[in-house]
Amino acid sequence: MVTQIMSDTDHDDAGTTAARGADGDVLRVTGLTVEYVTDGDPVRACADVTFTLRRGEILGVAGESGSGKSTLITALTRLQRPPAVTTAGSIVFQPRDGGAAVDLVTASPRALRALRWTSLSIVLQSAMDALNPVMRLGAQFADALRTHDRSLGNDAAWARAAELLATVGISGDRARSYPHELSGGMRQRASIALALACGPELVVMDEPTTAVDVVMQRQILAQVLRLRRTLGFAVVFVTHDLSLLLELADRIAIMYAGRIVELGTASELYDDPRHPYTRGLRDSFPPLRAPLRRLTGIPGTPPDLRRPPSGCPFHPRCAARFEGCDTHLPELVTKGGHAVACRLHDPTQRPQPAPGTSTGGAR
Amino acid sequence: MTATTVPAPSAPGAPAPDTPVLEAVDVTKHFEVRSAVGARSVVRAVEGATLALHRGRVVALVGESGSGKTTLARLLAGFYAPTSGEIALEGVTVRQRRGRVERGYHKDVQIVFQDPFGSLNPLHRVRHNLERPLKLHHGVRGRAELDRRVRELLERVALTPTEQFVDKFPHELSGGQRQRVVIARALAVEPKVLLGDEPISMLDVSIRLEMLNLLDRLRTEDGLALLYITHDIASARYLCDDIVVMYAGEMVEGGPKEQVIADPQHPYTRLLVESSPDPGRGARDRAALFDADADGLGEPPSLIDPPSGCRFHPRCPFAMDVCRTQAPPRTDLGDGRWARCWLHQKTQENE
Ligand SMILES: Nc1ncnc2c1ncn2[C@@H]1O[C@H](COP(=O)(O)OP(=O)(O)OP(=O)(O)O)[C@@H](O)[C@H]1O
Ligand SMILES: Nc1ncnc2c1ncn2[C@@H]1O[C@H](COP(=O)(O)OP(=O)(O)OP(=O)(O)O)[C@@H](O)[C@H]1O
Ligand code: SF4
Ligand SMILES: [Mg+2]
Ligand SMILES: [Mg+2]
Repeated sequence: MVTQIMSDTDHDDAGTTAARGADGDVLRVTGLTVEYVTDGDPVRACADVTFTLRRGEILGVAGESGSGKSTLITALTRLQRPPAVTTAGSIVFQPRDGGAAVDLVTASPRALRALRWTSLSIVLQSAMDALNPVMRLGAQFADALRTHDRSLGNDAAWARAAELLATVGISGDRARSYPHELSGGMRQRASIALALACGPELVVMDEPTTAVDVVMQRQILAQVLRLRRTLGFAVVFVTHDLSLLLELADRIAIMYAGRIVELGTASELYDDPRHPYTRGLRDSFPPLRAPLRRLTGIPGTPPDLRRPPSGCPFHPRCAARFEGCDTHLPELVTKGGHAVACRLHDPTQRPQPAPGTSTGGAR
Repeated sequence: MTATTVPAPSAPGAPAPDTPVLEAVDVTKHFEVRSAVGARSVVRAVEGATLALHRGRVVALVGESGSGKTTLARLLAGFYAPTSGEIALEGVTVRQRRGRVERGYHKDVQIVFQDPFGSLNPLHRVRHNLERPLKLHHGVRGRAELDRRVRELLERVALTPTEQFVDKFPHELSGGQRQRVVIARALAVEPKVLLGDEPISMLDVSIRLEMLNLLDRLRTEDGLALLYITHDIASARYLCDDIVVMYAGEMVEGGPKEQVIADPQHPYTRLLVESSPDPGRGARDRAALFDADADGLGEPPSLIDPPSGCRFHPRCPFAMDVCRTQAPPRTDLGDGRWARCWLHQKTQENE
């Protein structure tokens, strides 16, 4: 049993890529920059964000409040609203059926509408944002289903709604309920089922379980993983809870001040975090079982993006900073699939060239 | 983290050292509510809760959302009168008149809420927010003395250099800084007990540790008795000595933290611990975690019409006949551990 799960999550490339076409990537994001344009200086809440998402993969995005996680999520699904403006970059979506790739940044509203629900969908922190409070659950599902399959009759759509609710552990007869008649956890699971209703290839989730209990959280996430195994969708999962992502995600991107500062597998980030911020973040989560030691968190406070620090945005809080960190912006450099934007790990920037060592430490 | 404080020499007339500073004995709180159609019903928010807080020790109160943790904290803080049972401060039963405790009570027992913004006066600077309790509870007068005390308080919660903070308005501070002001204000009163109702859950992840370390310092240096309410078992383990677990208004298990987490005795505690994220979990355990029974999606119980017998029985994988009809008594398991579950009652009977 365990080995089968391991192969599902860890060797996706080998298995699913072959089965689902030549291209193993569902999304390629390059240089994505999003600004909030208000009266004062624009706030650059996503700066030069670059990553790829593999088919069926769960990519976690972690970072503290205000680091740009929600901005990224809404930009990816093109659900952003003014004053947010995408000022640079591309988001290339590659459909599973081998159809032409679409750049979501330049796609027309009509093209985007055609992709929504069937190809990409979104789950938000508050299920109430996704569910219509004055419509029965089943009717909302039926609407979504029928926009994308006009041949589907009303009864068939309601029957399918009941099936979908059952996949998230809500009994089918609840399809007749209004959202307020369900508990918070049930509503959140219903909104996940709704996001999955039309078999999307990509689901983005912004703090989908932050408002629910840990027990309910575990149950919801177990369902998501189980459904992913059968349906094969990829997930971008945003949360501030790194400890949760370490268990859930295949790979994790760490955001700080609107930038991805590190990206790697869960075990790379846990066992060998390279960015001083990632290390600090990891050490902000006390263990549940491992021996306790005193942890210190990260001194200082997150930056104000209206006045971002010069150079490396983390330098005012960084214990490892060295000459030049306050003036030089480190680039995201990938080595063996593990990417980090810190001058300590950039051979051209390191204080003293240390020949033969792969990772430089502050000395 | 687990350092125990040496109790200060007792003042004359002080209660015996093993008397809890604050105690809830068999406390119940029912709320009467009216439905939309006007029907009356009773929410059994807390039922028969017993809890003792000792000087220099931290008790963590964990459990499901809606299980009664905040209600219990408010009972301990004197904001509600218990429906039955009693609250005792240093061994003396707390009396309430018309739903209110005497003001002196709040000098000894302070509570810190989840939302640091709601609890500070937004129209006043940090200085004013801190001076108020000094004047009110300690009659501190005179500019110089007030300044000195305010500075001292800010230093204790590590808001330094203090001159950078005293004249700020709450909205000019970050969440973590605000919460430290809230704690400083609670400390201004020089309480014996600090009740923290999810005091760090709204704070930025990177700042939470600092707050936990601050609370730990208050307990070791000042000998405060602390109640720490949280959903985050790992942070409870980091800070506390003992853990008490609530489910559906009842306390279901308690004991020293390491034993409760490593070897939970109540099926709900087990579910709670297994569901908690653990950054140190191995990949193999991880996979098994998410492969749990698909049909196990129970719903939290209603507190208006709670399940008969053990309130956890509809979700319990071990439920027996007796669980459905009779509420389990509290079973003492030795070493300060106890659980309220028929499984243990049976085991003891068989021995
Ligand atoms: N409508 C807006 N107008 C101006 N600035 C905004 C707006 N929305 C967000 N921002 C700014 O953009 C930055 C990123 O915000 P975002 O909501 O993406 O952060 P986040 O990582 O999701 O934070 P959280 O964990 O608190 O949800 C913040 O500095 C925020 O102040
Ligand atoms: N003033 C009130 N009137 C009526 N019912 C109440 C009142 N306060 C709390 N309750 C109910 O009592 C129960 C316990 O609530 P309480 O807030 O103590 O739970 P909690 O354990 O703190 O939950 P959470 O973890 O979500 O904060 C809930 O069912 C709640 O709806
Ligand atoms: S680039 Fe410099 S300041 Fe930034 S994280 Fe690395 S060492 Fe610290
Ligand atoms: Mg957000
Ligand atoms: Mg509460």
